[in-house]
Amino acid sequence: MPRRTDIKSVLVIGSGPIVIGQACEFDYSGTQACRVLREEGIRVILVNSNPATIMTDPDFADATYVEPITPEVIESIIIKERPDAILPTLGGQTALNAAMALHENGALERHGVELIGAKVDAIRKGEDRWLFKDIVTEAGAESARSFITHTLDEALVAAGELGYPLVVRPSFTMGGLGSGFAYNETDLIRIVTDGLHSSPTTEVLLEESILGWKEYELELMRDTADNTVVVCSIENVDPVGVHTGDSITVAPALTLTDREYQKLRDISIKIIRLVGVDTGGCNIQFAIDPKDGRIIVIEMNPRVSRSSALASKATGFPIAKIAAKLAIGYRLDEIKNDITKVTPASFEPTLDYVVVKVPRFAFEKFPAADATLTTTMKSVGEAMAIGRNYSTALQKALRSLEKRGSSFHWGVEPRTMEELLEISKVPTDGRIVTLQQALRKGATIQQAFEATKIDPWFLDQILLINEVADDIAAHKDLDAGILRHAKDHGFSDVQIAELRGLTEEIVRAARYGLGIRPVFKTVDTCAGEFPAETPYHYSSYDLENEVTPSDRRKVVIIGSGPNRIGQGVEFDYSCVHASFALADAGYETIMINCNPETVSTDYDTSDRLYFEPLALEDVLEVLHAESFSGELVGVVVQLGGQTALGLAAGLKAAGIPILGTTPEAIDLAEERGEFSRILDEAGLLAPRNDTAIDVEGAVIAAEEIGYPVLVRPSYVLGGRGMEIIFDTAGVRDYFTRIEGQVVVDVKRPLLVDRFLDDAIEIDVDALYDGTQLYIGGVMEHIEEAGIHSGDSACTLPPVTLGKRDVDRVRIATLAIAQGIGVQGLLNVQFAIGAGILYVLEANPRASRTVPFVSKALGIPLAKAASRLMVGDSIADLITEGMLPVQDGSIVPMDAPISVKEAVLPFKRFRTPTGHIVDSLLGPEMRSTGEVMGIDKDFPRAFAKALAGAYGALPSSGAVFVSVADRDKRAIVLPVLRLEQLGFKILATEGTAEILQRNGISSTIVEKVSEKGGGVTIVELINRNEVDIVINTPSGSAARADGYEIRAAAVGGDKPLFTTMAQVSAAVASIDIIQEGFTVTSLQEYALARAANLASATAQNVSSHA
Amino acid sequence: MTFTNIKDAVLVLEDGSRYEGLSYGSEGTTFGEIVFATGMTGYQETLTDPSYAGQIVLMTAPHIGNTGMNDEDMESRRIWVSGFVVRDASRIVSNFRAERSLENDLEHEGIVGIRGIDTRAITRHIRSKGAMRSGIFSGTASQLPAKEQLDLVLAGDEMAGRNLSAQVSTQEAYVVPAQGDRVGSVAILDLGVKKSTVNYLAERGFEAHVLPQSVTAEAIIAMKPSALFFSNGPGDPSASETHVELLRTCLKSGIPFFGICFGNQLLGRALGFGTYKLPFGHRGINQPVLDKATGRVEITSQNHGFAVDAPIEGILESPAGFGRVEVSHYSLNDNVVEGLNCLDLNAFSVQYHPEAAAGPHDSNYLFDRFRDRVLASASTTGAAL
Repeated sequence: MPRRTDIKSVLVIGSGPIVIGQACEFDYSGTQACRVLREEGIRVILVNSNPATIMTDPDFADATYVEPITPEVIESIIIKERPDAILPTLGGQTALNAAMALHENGALERHGVELIGAKVDAIRKGEDRWLFKDIVTEAGAESARSFITHTLDEALVAAGELGYPLVVRPSFTMGGLGSGFAYNETDLIRIVTDGLHSSPTTEVLLEESILGWKEYELELMRDTADNTVVVCSIENVDPVGVHTGDSITVAPALTLTDREYQKLRDISIKIIRLVGVDTGGCNIQFAIDPKDGRIIVIEMNPRVSRSSALASKATGFPIAKIAAKLAIGYRLDEIKNDITKVTPASFEPTLDYVVVKVPRFAFEKFPAADATLTTTMKSVGEAMAIGRNYSTALQKALRSLEKRGSSFHWGVEPRTMEELLEISKVPTDGRIVTLQQALRKGATIQQAFEATKIDPWFLDQILLINEVADDIAAHKDLDAGILRHAKDHGFSDVQIAELRGLTEEIVRAARYGLGIRPVFKTVDTCAGEFPAETPYHYSSYDLENEVTPSDRRKVVIIGSGPNRIGQGVEFDYSCVHASFALADAGYETIMINCNPETVSTDYDTSDRLYFEPLALEDVLEVLHAESFSGELVGVVVQLGGQTALGLAAGLKAAGIPILGTTPEAIDLAEERGEFSRILDEAGLLAPRNDTAIDVEGAVIAAEEIGYPVLVRPSYVLGGRGMEIIFDTAGVRDYFTRIEGQVVVDVKRPLLVDRFLDDAIEIDVDALYDGTQLYIGGVMEHIEEAGIHSGDSACTLPPVTLGKRDVDRVRIATLAIAQGIGVQGLLNVQFAIGAGILYVLEANPRASRTVPFVSKALGIPLAKAASRLMVGDSIADLITEGMLPVQDGSIVPMDAPISVKEAVLPFKRFRTPTGHIVDSLLGPEMRSTGEVMGIDKDFPRAFAKALAGAYGALPSSGAVFVSVADRDKRAIVLPVLRLEQLGFKILATEGTAEILQRNGISSTIVEKVSEKGGGVTIVELINRNEVDIVINTPSGSAARADGYEIRAAAVGGDKPLFTTMAQVSAAVASIDIIQEGFTVTSLQEYALARAANLASATAQNVSSHA
Repeated sequence: MTFTNIKDAVLVLEDGSRYEGLSYGSEGTTFGEIVFATGMTGYQETLTDPSYAGQIVLMTAPHIGNTGMNDEDMESRRIWVSGFVVRDASRIVSNFRAERSLENDLEHEGIVGIRGIDTRAITRHIRSKGAMRSGIFSGTASQLPAKEQLDLVLAGDEMAGRNLSAQVSTQEAYVVPAQGDRVGSVAILDLGVKKSTVNYLAERGFEAHVLPQSVTAEAIIAMKPSALFFSNGPGDPSASETHVELLRTCLKSGIPFFGICFGNQLLGRALGFGTYKLPFGHRGINQPVLDKATGRVEITSQNHGFAVDAPIEGILESPAGFGRVEVSHYSLNDNVVEGLNCLDLNAFSVQYHPEAAAGPHDSNYLFDRFRDRVLASASTTGAAL
């Protein structure tokens, strides 16, 4: 059946802010869906609260709503836009949940809107544990056996059936509280007794344990004609027990015979039919007992998922794009395979290479968190690598993580084999390197298998890598044979250098001298059976190079690598925009990146895509391969975050032209002394500061400057290792804690700054072309200075800065841009304290706020920057119409206000004892994503931002207030207003006293440490009797209490405010949201801006007349 | 084992291309038509599929041998490929059903292989130049002068015009009993039949009489089978006129017929259509085929270098006088004929492998269709089962 003619407009629901478990893979899938639908002539309406995404670019939809993804807001959009259908299967669980809520509250029926992609019934069958279990049985397959029990006796009988170990899960407890493994009857009695107690329904589920089984995933697509294909099989290297998102995974599955694989395929097809997914995709997870091959179906997702993004990049089969086409009625055989252009999409890709995905974690940001990997996902990003064999793909993937110690190494290992094996029993970040060391120290595959249950085949591959390492070390000369051997197993020049006691440069020179260079193969979905039309390449030290020559002028864009806290989708946004803008300007664009979740690694974003690690060696090889034809105009490094920037000097040294701001100028901004000189010359002030290269130096510097001081290492992103320190003991403690995680040395000194208390922080994104400055936006932080800019909410335009302040900021930004010698983007952070403007730092590169500014003011900063880098001027871009005539420093009074709010992952991380980690904000960035609220004034915009980040603010209920002494004066008015709005006020004794003297009556609640006869605040929060928590941190004595309160609030999903600035903003928002939200699309805002401009010009003309 | 720079094997193609690698399996010299197979699973089934007789098979999937070998997955009594080309041979075996390593079986059965070469480059070469004669020289043979090696390759037989049925067929007839409700008996002409095929027929209630390829039409008719089945097999169908004549005789006698792969090509020729050699064949387990009757797509397992020459649209008249015929299935990749259906005879065939092994089970229903057609024919003709 060709596409449905009755669907003329579709509402696509995005996935909202980036959180752990739901990252930019849904930007990738949503972007694809929007493109496909528009190509089909369908009007696309999009809702997504995440401004950092490419899909929320006004170019990708006809109406783009950067609004909270709540049923109420979506219903408002439906009423306004009247879409024929909603596509909820490409926006992760968020979109699916929103769609289900709209079904349940009757909105879909009320407005006559159809769900496409998956029907309500199919979603329910896929998601409901018990319905799904029945389907598995009907498909002739097995689920894990389980029993529901209500008494200890029943539990003991069930345990007799299931055998030990088994999993105990109390029903309806929050966050899986009280669940655990029982290895024997004693364990069982203890866990079940506690579990029955903590379950509100006195119910405990006992389930057979499949811990340590092999884990697989199949990605399927099905159309209305029941044509079903398996796009990809994925095998988890880490066995069952570690979340797939946290596992090292490989595609295709490598340890299944055809008979076993076909069983999985048969079951999958039966399940997708029974569930009824008939216009899209799904994935199904399996566990296989390595002893006898028994298969258990774990779960399914009736939608495009993180694995779908991985499968798409791994195979070249664009799942999201095809899912969107199926959703509007096409059949698989009616869709062409993009890569071959001749064969249909109704086939199963076959791979002649191996793909390995490795997770990237951020435990260093949450030192209190338990780093054990479990069935709850904890990684914040991932890297993928493609190699002609597993050893190469694995080594490339580990190298792509860009993290110290993430690659295999053969240096000194002080731990014994037994110690290493013992450590590797617990799955953690970097376990594979621990295993490599254990195998290196003589552990057998059998021992390693017993410790980890990782399939022996994968263990042998590590052993193979160790053996090749021995060969490299022992071979007489560094000749062509040994180099090829090393390269065929993915060894980097760095590793070879380590093994032979040489430098990376010497190994590289020797390799070049012998002509040992990689060739580039193509991801073609068909293992070479048909010619591929799409240049999607990966390197291999094989025979034949497949890169086709081109005589065009080309620009290479370096991506931002795996997502991590501080470097996420925002940088991908900038890279993708550069690619689009430069393609429009006639350049051939070449993208290098290793993050499978992104739009940049989509094979049709750039003219050519190289899926490669972003290490100097790998990037140089791509540039070498591209040097045979055409003209390399240069490499863009200022858009891919610290990853790309870090390569600048090495590329330059290799004679590669760097576009835009020079590597020397980049250093200038980072180098403390030089930067101070620039500020001095411009008459600008920085907070008093110094640098130190060791602990004693830091103590002297801090005492000289005066406490509190802000310390941070050089060349880090996301405020890694950045802290406010109050005394000398703190400085010493800091050095102990960062040991081994952060490097402080002569080349990378520690920066020590005077910390500005009570200052307002300002962020500026600007463009500079050598003569003209163009302000993208001036953003005012809501939190005071000291909270990392990535974690602070901010508003654009600034709401409390006057024209005079903005002018000062503009003049200072210009001086800095000139001083550094910026050619492209510049981000400067300022603080205004006691009326004085301080420059905190300047970064001549794309910042995290570039997409936010672009969405808020309609200024395409990244596109413009890429054009400046290839030599165009700001004046050119204004003439061309790419940049508005008026820059972002002046925003008309009737323009909307945009608020960006950070989304934090505290709930994901628990201490080893099961408590949530502390949720205080600080100078080190810990947020994973952001949302934007846009509306006519600040309170409305902030309310939308909060609703987008955490769900709607309550408009009534109980507020708990406990603030530090310094905040007691400021808290009075906000609480008074809350009381007037009808909130019940709960407070700790000290806070209550102040409130009472100001005429606000409150109920006194005990702190945990005061525990007398009454209920404590933590108990109240847990009982769901508190709706908002206000708790600002005080000195260390009360810290523990504060922690308990904040942990309970985060655990209970209650709005939590830990700074006075947030409190004031939130109260204003609560005031205003009583009337509900109105929705406006970015396109409408753009029209209003254009109308404004026209009338202003007209006025100008008439006034001149 | 410490590393050395020595390459001790070479793959030589008839156009003079040479690919140096490492010796794998048995050491020595072997010749055959080089073809590539794109399945990511099922190397054991591929190796033991008689259709690969006379061919040097290159696996496009890089890691081969990971799951070892077991008795259960043997598709016939032995490995049939002339030679085996892989990129990364597994060092260990990891699977609960594994009984032996692949390398062990290759050595044991004297199969000469090569590993550690750019299999993708060779695949692309074959794709553009077509399947061709080739040879693997390993051990001391790898040291022969290149010219001598090439001459040896060129002295080998071309696949076109080759009849290999006698090499792969069973020498003696044997019977596999029907399972469950007996439908009747099926005479299986073993042109290189796979174990799975026989088992699937037996599972459908057929008593399977597997016959040597040298059997005569008279002997078959004398057996009074409920149905006739032609299996897959190696070689050029145009060199198998005896089997074509045998089939014509049986079709005239009204025995219901089902053929797969080589059997499809023989039915095509029996009906009077031509067959031709594909440039590089279809060998993989991901091949999309359209069933014209239902409009549905099947992901099929395929292994053929020849195909039936007939228009894929419309109703055709059998040039050999067997009435109306239609192409029932065709490849969505390149429109090659993938199935024939006789409208005036109870005979049909498919070019692909409903028994899969290796490959997806999407087309397994064809065995049901065969059973149903045999049953329907019995009820209309009143023939004894």
